[in-house]
Amino acid sequence: MTEAGNLAGLREAAPSQAELDRRDTEKSQKIDVSVFSVSGSISMDLQTFLQQFVNALSLGSLYALIAIGYTMVYGILRLINFAHGDIFMIGGYLAFYGVGIFAMPWWLSACLAIALTTVFGVGLERAAYRPLRDSPRISIMISAIGASFLIENLAIVLFDARPKAFPVPGLFAANHVVGGIHVASVSLIIPLVTAVLLAILLWIVHRTRTGMAMRAVSTDIEAARLMAVDVDRIVSVTFAIGSALAAIGGILFALKYPRLEPLMGIMPGMKCFIAAVVGGIGSIGGAVLGGLLLGLIELMTIAFLPELTGYKDAFAFILLIAVLLFKPTGLLGRNQGEKV
Amino acid sequence: MKTLPLLASAFTAVSLSLVSAVAPAADAKAIKIGVFEPLTGANGAGGAEEVDGIKLANKLYPEVLGAKVELVIVDNKSDKVEAANAATVLTQREKVNAVLGSWGSSLSMAGGPIFAEARIPAVAVSATNPMVTRGNDWYFRVCFLDPFQGTVGATYAFNALKARKVAIIREISNDYSVGLAKFFVDEFVKLTGDPKSVVATSDYNTGDQDFTAQLTNIKKFEPDAIFAPGNYTESALIVKQARALGIKAPFLGGDTWDMEEFLQVGGAAVEGVVISTFFANDVPINKTSEAFLKAYRDEYRKEPSAFSALGYDGYLVILDAIRRANSAEPQKIREALTQTRDFEGSAGSITINAERNADKAAVLKTVKGGKFVFLTTVKPQ
Repeated sequence: MTEAGNLAGLREAAPSQAELDRRDTEKSQKIDVSVFSVSGSISMDLQTFLQQFVNALSLGSLYALIAIGYTMVYGILRLINFAHGDIFMIGGYLAFYGVGIFAMPWWLSACLAIALTTVFGVGLERAAYRPLRDSPRISIMISAIGASFLIENLAIVLFDARPKAFPVPGLFAANHVVGGIHVASVSLIIPLVTAVLLAILLWIVHRTRTGMAMRAVSTDIEAARLMAVDVDRIVSVTFAIGSALAAIGGILFALKYPRLEPLMGIMPGMKCFIAAVVGGIGSIGGAVLGGLLLGLIELMTIAFLPELTGYKDAFAFILLIAVLLFKPTGLLGRNQGEKV
Repeated sequence: MKTLPLLASAFTAVSLSLVSAVAPAADAKAIKIGVFEPLTGANGAGGAEEVDGIKLANKLYPEVLGAKVELVIVDNKSDKVEAANAATVLTQREKVNAVLGSWGSSLSMAGGPIFAEARIPAVAVSATNPMVTRGNDWYFRVCFLDPFQGTVGATYAFNALKARKVAIIREISNDYSVGLAKFFVDEFVKLTGDPKSVVATSDYNTGDQDFTAQLTNIKKFEPDAIFAPGNYTESALIVKQARALGIKAPFLGGDTWDMEEFLQVGGAAVEGVVISTFFANDVPINKTSEAFLKAYRDEYRKEPSAFSALGYDGYLVILDAIRRANSAEPQKIREALTQTRDFEGSAGSITINAERNADKAAVLKTVKGGKFVFLTTVKPQ
């Protein structure tokens, strides 16, 4: 079969009579099947729909996890942390290097990556945001954009621009078939992790002293400071939680889509920002709702309007514009009024 | 204290501009070959492969007509707008004598009009879309074209895989993918005689990572084979997610899959996929090929991809043209390039035809044991 031109020669051969007969019988069989299996085709469609729903739920929970980080930082500082997507990327790479270079077991590597990313996020706040806290809001926003570019380009230099394959442990790669619906373990684990983290986060915010202080700072930084709340510490804690969530998101993302590249944080970062705004920026429940909604819209666009697939990202932005026009506070956001 | 970083950055900016002002003057007599490739972004690895081959050729053959050949490498960032900027840098600021590249037909097409306007000949290394050279007297290429590649894929699906229903997955923002898919479909419909033999067509965008919705749609139609030309990492994720969704149909791809990253990201899921490409590293086809394989393995301590081989060939073709023209003037290099006949490249003999394209054979490979393995060669008719 290694002879040159063999295939080209075969191409000339017209289908034989036997082949044509086979195709005819096949066709007629197909017709029979379609006549007698109307109910079958309905259940098949339901199955396809459920499969799409499961796909969307998994993607949406991932968005939700990252959107929480945006919303928390905004809630406390009224700052959109544009570098959030890049922190997410750093989390993925650190986990990759832990497993790939230092040959750690995946769970140790993941824990270390989350810890280091948290330190990185807190350090970023100290270096790029804290010195500007009393400056006009636009300065700190520009600083955030600058930090984002800096991290992306540093990553290109340090990690190399060539995409890397993330090693997926067997536990996450396993496949399950339930009622004809195929789900990879990681797609089941993501919504679970998001739910557990959401519960922990809500507990911290509503049941602990730190959480109470966070809510106080979020309502009014100056008043909180006068009430002897250590604002710097609370901001650091917020960044720590946000960065840890971004790192977990980054690692889960890399487990689901095992391809790392320095610019991988940009698009998910953008979409999760949209998710946070749609849900009502500053509201944790809103971020989760927005993330799920975005995942659902994205995959359902492809599922039901396949010819518009090329525009699926545009739908996310259209959603953002629509929400900003008709309900600027987002679905679950409260109207807080502009602070002077 | 706060002025220190500012001062430091101002100093860096000044010293950088000094460096760039001085450097070209020192090598005023060198012949400059612009290397127009994506080094970052979605196509970064592909561009890097071509640059590896070009650098190797430059190292082995650093001189022509007694002058040193200097490579001017610019990054077109896998982006059409950035590609136009990079092309302008090569033609306006660097004033190169000829250009090599780019990986990605879209990127080459973005640079094409700029090279033509500056009257500088460009040689595409692996851009396979017909539009790259059509109507542009200054663009050449050393690889085969997609109409041929599409025929090779469709014939393999019909004859070897006995496929009668196929599904197509296109990277909609990539001219290469859309074009190649069209040529595949045209040929496949001709072979089956049934326009409905293409049961589903799905699209995605460059950089996407979730393809489950498209694949779930395709699964309903139970195709015998899936043709999914597109970028290597997205494609690896597509095959992976397809297998996770329980799709068992064989996958076919084009030359862009011929990358180490495709195997790494795809892992066990890409076993058995079949691709059409330019070159196989397990069977040297001529002396240049043998020399290239040896030099590449010595230099980089890894196996070369087809793109490195074509990058190597592109450089040699330009050098050969300069030698025959006995001049490094862009206009004369262009004339000599049109006269290239039976040039022995590492990825096969190159004859530039009247359309400035190379007539070349295609190689079919499959993935076996985590490696690309030679399947067969298909010659153009």
